[in-house]
Amino acid sequence: MPLPSYAKFDESDLGAQVLLSQHRLKTSGDAVTARQAVARYMKENGASALSVTRFATAVSEIVRNAINHAGGGEFSIYVDRRRKTLTVVCWDNGPGIADVDLALSDGYTSGGGLGRGLGGAKRLAGRFEIRTAVNAGTSVLMSVNL
Amino acid sequence: MMPQSATANILTVLDTDFKGIIEEWLGTQVKEGVKRSDLFSDAESRNQNRELLKAFSKGIREGVAGEDFDLDDDKWDDLRAVLADVSRERVNRGVTPTEMATFVLALKTPLFKRLEALADSDHSMLLRDVMLVTRLVDAFAIYTNEIFINEREQIIDRQRQEMLELSTPVVELWDRVLTLPLIGTLDSARAQEVMENLLQTILERQAEVVIMDITGVGTVDTQVAQHLLRAAAAVRLMGAECIISGISPMIAQTMVQLGIDVGTVSTRSSIRTALSDALLTVGYVIKKTEAQ
Ligand SMILES: Nc1ncnc2c1ncn2[C@@H]1O[C@H](COP(=O)(O)OP(=O)(O)OP(=O)(O)O)[C@@H](O)[C@H]1O
Ligand SMILES: [Mg+2]
Repeated sequence: MPLPSYAKFDESDLGAQVLLSQHRLKTSGDAVTARQAVARYMKENGASALSVTRFATAVSEIVRNAINHAGGGEFSIYVDRRRKTLTVVCWDNGPGIADVDLALSDGYTSGGGLGRGLGGAKRLAGRFEIRTAVNAGTSVLMSVNL
Repeated sequence: MMPQSATANILTVLDTDFKGIIEEWLGTQVKEGVKRSDLFSDAESRNQNRELLKAFSKGIREGVAGEDFDLDDDKWDDLRAVLADVSRERVNRGVTPTEMATFVLALKTPLFKRLEALADSDHSMLLRDVMLVTRLVDAFAIYTNEIFINEREQIIDRQRQEMLELSTPVVELWDRVLTLPLIGTLDSARAQEVMENLLQTILERQAEVVIMDITGVGTVDTQVAQHLLRAAAAVRLMGAECIISGISPMIAQTMVQLGIDVGTVSTRSSIRTALSDALLTVGYVIKKTEAQ
């Protein structure tokens, strides 16, 4: 079943960006790989250690959500041509989130977590956007300045 | 001479001077700088080249119909099998994908030269033969690349698995003081294992203080935090005190942004302060000797 386009970010949302890498998300090991790739690109482009820790943690939250709540997804890392910002998009084809504000609020969880992942990621990332619809998956875009 | 098909010409060339082609192929690899004599002995290289070329010839003999072929076809089983072995070995020794592809592409030159001699100035025949060889060797190289990358991913996966399974030792630092140096990623499966091991040791050693050191944990996200807090709660239920040490300023800031509340669990920035506090709890102090 093709996904309605409103639940997925595409190149037009990103502007001119170079796709650095794309990762399949299925296992907890994939979450580690995605997070480590982001950390590596940031370090290579001179991001501070604090900025790397913060953004990598945000990435860890959203990719784990895709794996735990949507059965897996896809993760892409982009950089703008002047290497000023790194942008990541995490996409899944899962159940979607009915009430985004509720999901973002601290302490809300549907599955025995701390319920602070989504709200925390939003606070940790420079730019945070989420697109989701019930049964149309969830897509999260985040960026950080390098 | 009877006009032959392109396939027949290529096979003729391969059969007539099999050894010579291998030697020249090796020579081209040396010239291109992709014969890794630092990684492979001459004997190894020669053997691998020979086995690959044998399997390649067999594929051409059986798996090319007209001028069509498909390396996924079972007629090419041998080549795929040899390639899998050669690739695995090369990946393990640190050969790059580019080197590997160049290594295969280097086979073109020796084949072109011999086809040229065979064509004996029949240029349209030469062109036809060269085109088929090019397609064959290119397909061979592309296939090699796929296998190579696949092999590399498997190795990475295996290493990752091994890393995740690194056992976490519970160390008795002093009477009734245990420490748990956590390293790497704390996923749910590993957290469970670590916790069981820890609680068992607390019981055996009658521990009163446990230091969980996270200096070696790169990322503390909500999941890791939850595992740590659960472990701390379990330690306390067993009547021991729990100190989480090794929280760097960066991790501390990140945890605050995530809204993680460590509640009443004691935290210390370094294992050093955690240790002196732990010793104090069980009735010892660390003291400098007079002579110093
Ligand atoms: N990709 C997603 N697909 C479907 N539902 C999601 C997705 N991401 C988040 N949610 C919903 O939003 C809720 C809040 O997410 P959040 O990450 O804040 O907490 P959590 O994942 O439950 O726990 P944790 O604090 O360990 O991350 C989730 O419990 C889940 O119901
Ligand atoms: Mg979460």
